[in-house]
This record gives sequence, C-alpha cells and structure tokens, in this order.
Amino acid sequence: MTSRDTTRPIALTNARIIDPASGLDIRGGVLVSEEKIAGLGERLFDTGPPDGAMVIDCRGRCLVPGLVDMRAHLGEPGDEHKETLATSGRAAVAGGVTTIVCLPNTDPVIDDMSGVEFVARRARKLGLSKVYPYAAVSKNLAGEEIAELGMLAEAGAVAFTDGLFPIADAQLMRRALSYAKTFGLLIAQHPEEPSLARGSAMNAGETATRLGLAGNPSQAEVIMVERDIRLVELTGGRLHFAHLSTTAAIEAVRQAKRRGLDISCDTAPPYFALNEMAVGEYRTFAKLSPPLRTEQDRQAVVDGLKDGTIDAIASDHLPQDEESKRLPFAEAAAGGIGIQTLLPITLELYHNGHLDLMSAIDLISRQPARLLNLPAGTIARGAAADLTLIDVDKGWIVTESTLLSKSKNSPFDGRPVQGRAVMTIVDGRIVHDVED
Amino acid sequence: MNTVAPRTSDYHQRHLLGIEGLNPVEITGLLDRSESYVEQNRQVNKKKSVLSGRTIINVFFEDSTRTRTSFELAGKRLGGDVINMTVSSSSVKKGETLIDTAMTLNAMHPDVLVVRHPQSGAVQLLSEKVNCAVINGGDGEHEHPTQALLDALTIRRRRGHLDGLTVAICGDILHSRVARSNIHLLNTMGARVRLIAPETLLPTDVARLGTEVFHNMKDGLRDVDIIMMLRLQRERMHGNFFPSIREYFHFFGLDYEKLGAARDDALIMHPGPMNRGVEIDSEVADDIGRSVIREQVEMGVAVRMACLEILTENLDADGREQR
Repeated sequence: MTSRDTTRPIALTNARIIDPASGLDIRGGVLVSEEKIAGLGERLFDTGPPDGAMVIDCRGRCLVPGLVDMRAHLGEPGDEHKETLATSGRAAVAGGVTTIVCLPNTDPVIDDMSGVEFVARRARKLGLSKVYPYAAVSKNLAGEEIAELGMLAEAGAVAFTDGLFPIADAQLMRRALSYAKTFGLLIAQHPEEPSLARGSAMNAGETATRLGLAGNPSQAEVIMVERDIRLVELTGGRLHFAHLSTTAAIEAVRQAKRRGLDISCDTAPPYFALNEMAVGEYRTFAKLSPPLRTEQDRQAVVDGLKDGTIDAIASDHLPQDEESKRLPFAEAAAGGIGIQTLLPITLELYHNGHLDLMSAIDLISRQPARLLNLPAGTIARGAAADLTLIDVDKGWIVTESTLLSKSKNSPFDGRPVQGRAVMTIVDGRIVHDVED
Repeated sequence: MNTVAPRTSDYHQRHLLGIEGLNPVEITGLLDRSESYVEQNRQVNKKKSVLSGRTIINVFFEDSTRTRTSFELAGKRLGGDVINMTVSSSSVKKGETLIDTAMTLNAMHPDVLVVRHPQSGAVQLLSEKVNCAVINGGDGEHEHPTQALLDALTIRRRRGHLDGLTVAICGDILHSRVARSNIHLLNTMGARVRLIAPETLLPTDVARLGTEVFHNMKDGLRDVDIIMMLRLQRERMHGNFFPSIREYFHFFGLDYEKLGAARDDALIMHPGPMNRGVEIDSEVADDIGRSVIREQVEMGVAVRMACLEILTENLDADGREQR
C-alpha cells in the first residue's frame, strides 16, 4: 500500500479503459483530480499530462470502475477475531474492490442508527474501501418484528436483509416488503426454507449419501424463491435474492422477471466455479451456505449470468477462524472468504469464453451499484475517482500467504487463477499498488 | 345554510347502517337536519320533546365512551328514554348469540337501537332481526356513519361546502371504519380524497375506492384543505405494521413541519381519542387556529339528534310502529 499526496492530480495514461455503464472500451487516459474523475478519452493527454500531475503509465492494461462487492461479512463489530474492517479492507483493495456492502449479522446487530453510523465512520477513518451497510429487516435478526427501516435508511443503510438468515415467516416478509415499499427500499433475502435446511451439512444427493452427511435439498432454495416471488406480486415491493445456487431457483427468477416483477438476484463465485465435488474428503473450506451444488446447477448459474437473469456477482465473503473450521464437517461453520478472489474467479468466465470482458466487469461494478443505488461503478467525468487497474492475464495461486483477510478459509485455496488488480484507487487516493 | 329545520327529510330508509350507497340528496338531508340542532345545543334549554315516549337502546358490544355518551345525550335532548347496554365482547360469541340478543331486545319494543360491534357486518345482521330502526355506531373495520356525517358537518360549517375540497386522511386506514365511511361520504359529495399511510396500513386495492394513495406526508398534504388524522388502532393490530412509535411519528405524525405542505388555512381533524406524540403532535392538536377536533365532538351530538329524529319519523311513515 502506498499513500501519496491527495492534492496532486493523477494522470493515468496508456490504459484500456472499460466502462460498462457507457459501453466504452478505448485506449486512452483518465485524469483524476480532487477525488473525482476530471476527464477521460483517447486524446486526453495528446498535449501531455497537466503540470504537476503524477503520471502513471498503465501500459495497456485494463482500467475499470472500482469493483463493488454487494455482499460481504466484515466481522465488525463482534467478530474481530475472525476479521476486522482493517483486514477486510486490505483484502478488498488488493482485490480491486473499492466499495463493499456489509451484512448486519454483527454483534450488536446493525438494526439501529448507531450501528449504521459506526460502520460508516470506522471505514471512513481507515480510508481503504468505502463501506456501506445493509441493516437488518427484523429487530435483532430475530425474524419477528420489522426494524426501523425508514430511519435506518435515513441514517445510511443502503438496503435491508437478515443477511445470513432467511426471512422465514411469510407474513413478516409480506409486511417487510410492503413497509419497505413505503420508502422505496430494497429487501435482500437469503433464500432458504429453514425447516428443510436445518441440520444439513452439504447439498443433498449422491455425494452427501456417500459421505454420510445430512443433505440440504436444492428445493429448499426454490421453495423460498417462489414463495417470495408471490409476496412481491402481492405487495408490489422490491426484492433481491442473494447467492442463487440452483437451476430451479434461477429459472423461477427468469420467469418472474419476464412477468415484469421488481426482482433481482446475484450469485457468488463458488456457485459458478465449484460444485459439490469440492467437498472431497470433508474439506470444511468448501462448506458454504447455500451449499455447493451439482455440476448441472453450476452450469445453470453460468447460463443465468450469460442471459442476464443473474444481475450481479457478490463475494459472499464470510470469514471463519480455524476454530470454526477445523472440526468434523457437520460441526464446522459454513462460509468462505472471497473478497480478494472476486475479480480473478469472475474473470474465469471471460477466460473460459462465457462472457466478454466488459460483461464480466459489469457484473462486479456497475450492476451491484445500480441495484443498491450506490454512487459507484462507473468511469465518467465528475464521478468519484474509484478505479481499478487490472492485469487480466496475470497468473497467481490462491494461498494462505496471498490472502490478506484475517481468516484464511477460502474455498479456492490452492487454485491457480488468472487476473489481478495491480492498482486500486479510492476517491483519488492510491490504496493498493503492486507495480512490478 | 338552513336555520329552520324541515320536518320531513330526504332520507327515507329505515336504518342507518353505512354511508356506502347513500346518495348526495340523502346525505345533504341528514346534514341539513343536523344543522338545525347545532344552535339549539348551544342554548341554556336544550330539551325538546320530539322523541317523547320513544325508547332508544344503546347496545355496545365494544367499549366506547364518547360515541355512547353522544348518542345518549342526543336521545335525551329530544325527550326520548335512553337505555345503555354494554355487552362485553368476550361474553358474546357472535352468530347465534348475537341474533338471540337481537330477539331479546326486539321483544322490549324499542324504537331505535344504536349498535356498536367489533365485527364488521354484525350490525347489519342484527338489523335484519328486529322491527325497530337501527343506527350503526361502528362495526369492526367496516363503517361508522355518524362519525363521517359529523366530520362532514364540521367541514361544511367551516368551508360552506364539501364539493371540490381536497381531503387527506392520514394514518391507520387499514383498521379504520371512520376512514371507510369518510371515503364514501366525501367521494359522494364531490370532494377529492387522498390517503397517506405506510403501505402496511393501507387495505388492499384501496385506490379502487376512489382515492389517491401517498406514502409521504409532505407529498400527500400538498395544498390540501382538510387533514383528517386517524388514531393508530394498536388494539386491532396483530403483528408488524410498523417498527416503532418513534419511526411512525417521524414519518407519519402530524407536526408543524409536515403541516407546512398543506394550505395555510387547512383544518385539522381527528375522530378521537388522540394519541398525542404518536399520530399527532400535541401543539398541533391544540392549535385553536387550525384544529377543529373539539368542534367535531359538538357536531356529533347534533348529527345523532338528527339521525334519531329522522329514523323515528320514517318508522311512523312506514307504519312500522311497534306492534
């Protein structure tokens, strides 16, 4: 990490500028000044960079909007032994992520104004990625009473979710959607019918049977998705499904979107890059929520990303310490870190020929920003100078030592990947720089 | 406006069960007669004898102080014999028991029954089983016709007319029989009705009742002539309609800041009892320049006198006098 004089303009020259919002894909330069993008274009620096500017030669590498991770658990407050805003912030900027939206599953729960303000203030002080919080839909995440959504939104909550927990009660979800509609707010759901998932360790099926592990049926996901689609019909509310993992759930969303309902969804890298075979011989780093599914489901996720049914990719970053993972599989905690591997695993979709580069970047920048109405995800004059310089082809291996999160529970541990962020700029400040 | 009461009205129905379905002539007839009692009620001698020899029974299956008192006073000022019967709702198991109660009361040969019941439709059911006239004193979440009439009378006396006014009804519309009766009356009389509430406190498809729906007080109150605040009926709420009183007041409580969006001379109404600091700021409620909440109570007695008188006239006209 390098800290430099923020008052000095930065001239990023000789870059391949990719901006999904405008469809721009050009060779040119970007000028950063006073925390904002002051200009961009093919001929911007024809007469040379402005006097006094710091010049960075991008050498033809891709300059994209700072990445936006719309779902991450950052550990603070309450889980500081697993992750902090500082450690997750360093992992994020190393992964090219300039904006993070964090879950309310903290201790205390982010269900009042002070929790929202705490996160925002702490992150601002650290000066790494920008952090916006989700606030809880239900008070204390208890799934019983709706939280003060209106006042929480005024305090800065960008959307509402019970995070790691599904909103199980149909009447509560109905009222939450309805009440949120009053203020035009978005509810995000972890779609899982809890009574079907209870006590399960991995995806239900042959592998679970062989391993002798209790299975979580894919129906647990689609049942909740279909129920909630009906509740959106009833209330006219706005709903987002997090980390879809199954063929049937993606198809349900596809049909609901065709019917014009205000529904969106995301998935996370494990669900298009891994399947249940990754559990192997009881590898607890591959124990996730929702569980890794079948190969057919994985392909359906890829198809959903290709045809736009899935709006965005989120890291689903969930740090767990060794004490939580070094346990018999069924007793181990679910979840994997992912904020630093969001970019390279998403780029696999490009390297494998499933998506063009612009579309791959779109899913982790403009799309999540659009869904949550964040001032991020675009390279445009006057926009915040949040930028990521990517070496798309750079190969590296995901290992404990390359990961900067406090916890190392990556489901991609040991995986060779291609593509990395070589420089990350937040509000015109260079917060990550591995210039080699 | 009428100063001399006509002795026959344009309202010819046997009962007064609701506002829905009444026409403007009927409503105007009821209001005109009510008007004639406003002045009388301000005199030292308030007593008349038009209901002399008549029996009025207030049958309340739900707690009430102001409505019951208002009807009692109305009946007594007209010289009738008024009896109050409060039946705790828990002791009555609806259905057959309600009909049994109706038969029992009917056998006592009352002229008018004023009935309040926690179940929507119960007053109508009872009215089908008796020979006398029935006034709905509020049934469940359905109708409260005399409240809508007294609100209309209050507005008409202040503004001279109802047609063309824009009226915002704010708050717990979902559980409110007052809101439903007012929506019907105001629409029938040519006023424009806006509803302002969180989505959770609006009944399904309420816009189809001829209303414009708002979720934001300042938008909804813009340029309105009349603001009707409703009581948050927490006793009828089962579950999550809003997260907290402070959030409700922050977004939907009437205070001077939100009031600023309305016309400078907009009137503030409330059917009572008020929850100060919940749906209405105390200062606003007590603002003598704007609040007509006390006047509503006064108009209530006049409206109920008119209703009692007209319904007994209709009994005579129909020849349905007690057998």
